[in-house]
Amino acid sequence: MNEQLVTCAALTKRYGGKRALAGVDLELGRGRIVGLLGPNGSGKTTMIKILCGLLQPTEGAVLVDGQPVGPYTKSIISYLPDRMYFADWMKATDLFDLFADFYKDFDRTKAMSMCASLGVTPSDRLKSMSKGTKEKVQLVLVMARKAQLYLLDEPIAGVDPAARDFILSTILTNYNEEGTVLISTHLISDIEKVLDEAVFLKEGQITLHDTVDNIREREGKSVDALFREVFRAANYEGGAF
Amino acid sequence: MDWTFTDDRPIWQQITEQLTLRILKGEYPPGGRLPAVRELATQAGVNPNTMQRALAQLETEGLAVGSRTAGRTVTEDTAVIEAAARERARAAVAACLRILAELGYSPENALVFVKEELSNE
Repeated sequence: MNEQLVTCAALTKRYGGKRALAGVDLELGRGRIVGLLGPNGSGKTTMIKILCGLLQPTEGAVLVDGQPVGPYTKSIISYLPDRMYFADWMKATDLFDLFADFYKDFDRTKAMSMCASLGVTPSDRLKSMSKGTKEKVQLVLVMARKAQLYLLDEPIAGVDPAARDFILSTILTNYNEEGTVLISTHLISDIEKVLDEAVFLKEGQITLHDTVDNIREREGKSVDALFREVFRAANYEGGAF
Repeated sequence: MDWTFTDDRPIWQQITEQLTLRILKGEYPPGGRLPAVRELATQAGVNPNTMQRALAQLETEGLAVGSRTAGRTVTEDTAVIEAAARERARAAVAACLRILAELGYSPENALVFVKEELSNE
């Protein structure tokens, strides 16, 4: 087992002339909950998609558990995409069958009990569910796996604040203790207290990577407050509207 | 009891303080078992590593004893608990005196004032 779960070296991604990631070096340990924080368009989703093999980096290298991205890394990564990719005629139970076929670490019993505690009826079809309920189903699918790396792209963006707390506690109580959870979001105040570490992503570059405790101790303010400062300043530098 | 956190300091420190207060109030009595890390973390809605650090600090201060396997208990040494309570009280009085001094009370007047307030209660 490698000491670092994720290692990114000089990771760059260009979409045509537009640079989404610009030389990102990042190391993530095990058993951590890490926030990938940045405003819209800072490269969060690109970063996550490269980690799970949906995008190829233009330059640089990624290792997950010491391996380049491939079938092995996919088997140990549980990915929550930023949008739903399932056919809406399916029931949650159909999806459980699908996941049980695809991933040997999928725990169906756990998925059913998570549905019960989240108030989701697994025999309902997706098209009859509200947006928030669909997000809960996706979260159940992702968290019912005993993965080493959970990549959650905006898991709380589409739900009301009460459901947010519920989702966060679901993540806290269900993640595998040796596993690492990477959560991308711009809703920092809601997730700050569940994080071990924060990574600030600004225009495709990492401007800060530290533990939340260190940040609070050094800055005397919350990560949320620091984030607002850092990224408000960026707007002014940008100048003309 | 609810958990409340402010933005200006690390959360683990605030948890340590709030757990200490519960011990001093006897909500967790001397020798009594403390809930498991995961359970407390879920209650407070914080990361288990944060809760672990807060509890480790309680052990360092001697208020909690225990091992990873057997769980943690509050210390049976009531002298340690009393000393911690005294320390809290001392800090509260110091803060109160500082405010009175800012308001222009001399130490003698502050004492007179506190006595008056006590007899009014």
